[in-house]
Amino acid sequence: MNKVIASAREAVAAIPEGATILMGGFGLCGIPENLIAALRDRGTGNLTVASNNAGVDDFGIGILLKSRQVKKMISTYVGENDTFERLCLSGELEVELVPQGTFAERLRAAGAGIPAFYTPTGVGTLVAQGKEVREFGGRRYLMEQALPGDYAFVKAWKGDRLGNLVYRKTARNFNPLMAAAARFTIAEVEELVEVGDLDPDAVITPGIYVDAIFQGSHYEKRIEQRTYRPKSGPRA
Amino acid sequence: MKSESSRERIVRRAALELKDGFYVNLGIGMPTLVANYIPVGMTVVLQSENGLLGIGPFPWEGEEDPDLINAGKQTITESPGASYFNSADSFAMIRGGHVDLTVLGGMEVDKEGSLANWMVPGKMVKGMGGAMDLVAGARRVVVMMTHTTKEGEPKILKQCRLPLTGVKVVHRIITDMAVVDVTPAGLLLAEIAPEFAVEQVRRATEAELRVDEKTLKTMPG
Repeated sequence: MNKVIASAREAVAAIPEGATILMGGFGLCGIPENLIAALRDRGTGNLTVASNNAGVDDFGIGILLKSRQVKKMISTYVGENDTFERLCLSGELEVELVPQGTFAERLRAAGAGIPAFYTPTGVGTLVAQGKEVREFGGRRYLMEQALPGDYAFVKAWKGDRLGNLVYRKTARNFNPLMAAAARFTIAEVEELVEVGDLDPDAVITPGIYVDAIFQGSHYEKRIEQRTYRPKSGPRA
Repeated sequence: MKSESSRERIVRRAALELKDGFYVNLGIGMPTLVANYIPVGMTVVLQSENGLLGIGPFPWEGEEDPDLINAGKQTITESPGASYFNSADSFAMIRGGHVDLTVLGGMEVDKEGSLANWMVPGKMVKGMGGAMDLVAGARRVVVMMTHTTKEGEPKILKQCRLPLTGVKVVHRIITDMAVVDVTPAGLLLAEIAPEFAVEQVRRATEAELRVDEKTLKTMPG
């Protein structure tokens, strides 16, 4: 078994117009930089993209918005992006806003074979419109449905040829959930290692969830809010 | 318009909600500053919904790590004993009632403790992030906000007018004028800032405020 592919370009070559793609990352942390850039270069359009955020104007998912390749975004928070705002207001971009915990659980459910679940989040709010509400133990819950993808773009720190993945710090975020929630998962890693090099106890995404893997290059890993400790040293 | 000192008063007062051993999620913006006032010797573990328990101080310049941010996308550090997890686990902690306290900003709170803090009709809607999950799941929900809008209009209302973040979810409201508790019998004025009279707070509040002179305290700061 060898899941290794040569490049991001090869990875996105088969993705058809109109695909639903899950993209890992929180803000610009842990995003699949190489895959996003390759998809932009290929120009595949009419996409539905599910990602916690929508990048910034010139980086991350923002570059796919700028090139008008995205038909619909499914996200939890989409600030920090002027292109996004302009496309929304002009009606060129459809947006589904989802509470972050519901977003995460919808992905988890999709990967775990659970078609729907009940959550207390959003009961009595706009999020509940058109959804079943059911009472359990005297409290009301909303039914939310799984969010599967045709493809998932995930970013990990290290991975091996079998697709086992290890993440670093908060760059993990939605990546492991999305890896499991798509029919075809492509992982880009900072370091591709040999089979046996990863500690099995430390593997976060077992290779069964990953269909293709490659070592990315030129990671920019841009920081959105550079925040430093003043001399008095308060906490973050 | 709030002054720097009224903002600091709100933050300092909110820090008094912390207790030793608490797992706490602080919202983005003003609530994040509450971490600056954790008393020395008290152990409070801060949760960041993007997948970290144990937020440490901001990094020294040059030591920032793009793989380590908080929910406000600020560079941070990890404290000793920290742990990382995926976003589903993070919200399992939140929704599952394992987080003792969340402190969030607010636009409106009403007499039943319903909160609006994510959307203003007619303005660009940016999304609710994790706020709806936090108010639905944290054991205790404290809202910190200025008592009135910049225009001087009340933000503590009979009924929220803006789209809701959660229904009957808030336990306590901390403002620059007062601390107000949401109780089954309505809103109770728990503390009042020293320079205000009860009547002034009532005028700045649309919802009815109950006052019990025996329990009413002066707000510190």
